[in-house]
Amino acid sequence: MQEPKASETRAGQVAAARSDDTGEPGEAPLKAEVRGVHFYYGAKQALKNIDLPVPEKTVTALIGPSGCGKSTLLRCFNRLHDLYPGNRYEGVILLHPSPTNILSQAVDPMEMRLRTGMVFQKPNPFPKTIFENVAYGLRLRFVRNRRELAERVEGVLRAAALWDEVKDRLHQSALKLSGGQQQRLCVARALATDPELLLLDEPTSALDPIATSRIEEMIFELKQRVTILIVTHNMEQAARLADYTAFMYLGELIERNVTSQIFQTPRNELTEKYLTGTFG
Amino acid sequence: MANTTSLINYRKRQDRVFNVVGVACTLVGIATLGLLLYNLLSDGLPRLDWQFFTSYPSRFAARAGILTAWVGTLAIMVVTFLAAVPLGIAAAVYLEEYAPKNWMTTLIEINISNLAGVPSIVYGLMALGILGLLSWLDHTLIAWNMNFVRVNPGSSILIGGVTLGLLILPIVIVTTREAIRSIPSAIREASYACGATKWQVIRYHLLPYSAGGIATGTIIAMSRAIGETAPLITIGALTYIAFLPPSPVQSAPPFVNFDWLTSGFTVLPIQMFNWVSRPSADFHKNAAATGLVLITLTLSMNAAAIWVRYRVRKRIKW
Repeated sequence: MQEPKASETRAGQVAAARSDDTGEPGEAPLKAEVRGVHFYYGAKQALKNIDLPVPEKTVTALIGPSGCGKSTLLRCFNRLHDLYPGNRYEGVILLHPSPTNILSQAVDPMEMRLRTGMVFQKPNPFPKTIFENVAYGLRLRFVRNRRELAERVEGVLRAAALWDEVKDRLHQSALKLSGGQQQRLCVARALATDPELLLLDEPTSALDPIATSRIEEMIFELKQRVTILIVTHNMEQAARLADYTAFMYLGELIERNVTSQIFQTPRNELTEKYLTGTFG
Repeated sequence: MANTTSLINYRKRQDRVFNVVGVACTLVGIATLGLLLYNLLSDGLPRLDWQFFTSYPSRFAARAGILTAWVGTLAIMVVTFLAAVPLGIAAAVYLEEYAPKNWMTTLIEINISNLAGVPSIVYGLMALGILGLLSWLDHTLIAWNMNFVRVNPGSSILIGGVTLGLLILPIVIVTTREAIRSIPSAIREASYACGATKWQVIRYHLLPYSAGGIATGTIIAMSRAIGETAPLITIGALTYIAFLPPSPVQSAPPFVNFDWLTSGFTVLPIQMFNWVSRPSADFHKNAAATGLVLITLTLSMNAAAIWVRYRVRKRIKW
């Protein structure tokens, strides 16, 4: 039996068929830079010496088998690990411009969370109205002007392709929305405060294909404005959406490259095996 | 094949036997309560009229009423509520959200759970001890000619209410913590990811979403406090009282008056106890009527708690 090739997989074909493929890496200026990051849950090391450049206004996908540390890495960007005791970072994540080291103890995690937006695996709207969900981040920043709030809410709901569906029921509970709508609402909530970096942690894994494709269209639109990091288990999704893809395995970053190259001519044997489904 | 059938039949029989035993056990509890209620109703219902609620206690059973007792219970409950709920919620929020997880906080947590099981009379003794201390301080102050400060509240509504407040404090803390803990971490993380401070998360999410649980716990704790007798007797609540505490509102500015806090008092269960211990059967009827009032109060409070819980579950589904 012949060894399968990455370029022959469905994801490989998807990546090859992309029209917006920029081809060469390293064109855009960097928005963020991960340098030699180690991360520990107590005594257990979850990330080992990660290096990852994140170019501005692009989509970077993190792929890899469950437990490889993709989500752990993503949650370093907004210091969400600080919420739980016993977690420890080493290394540097620079956020450009005027590089700030996100992981520095001198940096307030709150500042990083104000500059980033995050969408989680399962839709987690607050049990408040649709309007209040989106306005939440603004209220945290003490935006009180009603007109400003209303304008911003409408703007991001449009960006999240949700406005037409909810404009007549902004003041109803967000829990009444469908799963896909809830997830787009969560994206709108994350966008409301103009984040520099949007962190998406498997945003479509709990959604049906139609809702998934709507979210993907939205991500495609959003990358004109904001730098996006997305963790996904769906390789075709990475191939469709991402400009750059990084493959992680057992807490290490094995390979990072332009998406089309990762999916068609991976340099590392592990990547090739994962992409062709030989393991993982 | 026959073997399998008999095995199945045997196991079904087991099931039925347990079913019967279970029903019997349940009935024992229900039947006792039913009997008690019937007893109270047949004795006390004829006594329950307007006059009973608006009369002071009296040497004559037919003229006696529970005015001072229910006013005392109400006043005590107000103080208990004000003492226990803010303290309890604040302590619970601190323990859940702010306290570092170390052996010290673990020790505190274990002790709070244990406090919920401390016999109520012990709280009475503690209050008595504090009263003794205050009385000594008061005398010392007078001896030093500093009688412009008085710190001896005596066996007053304030002390009684605070004592009961401390008694139910652990219940409030434990139920509040459970309510806060039942909020999924996804909500918390989403909120922090938006850049919220701890206080903003507590203010905008944890407290509103756990309000139903907190209310339920508080109502149940209050319905326990309403029936407490021992600690109040220990601190010297009156058993026969023919006056009402001063009104908390007055017509002259500043329109509020806190003198009622230092007034003597009695409460429904003490009044009931007082009447039960008299030889005359007429007073026993009064006691039964008071018992009815108490049971109605606690049952309706528990019903309110169930209703609140139901409403909240309907509104917020995780």
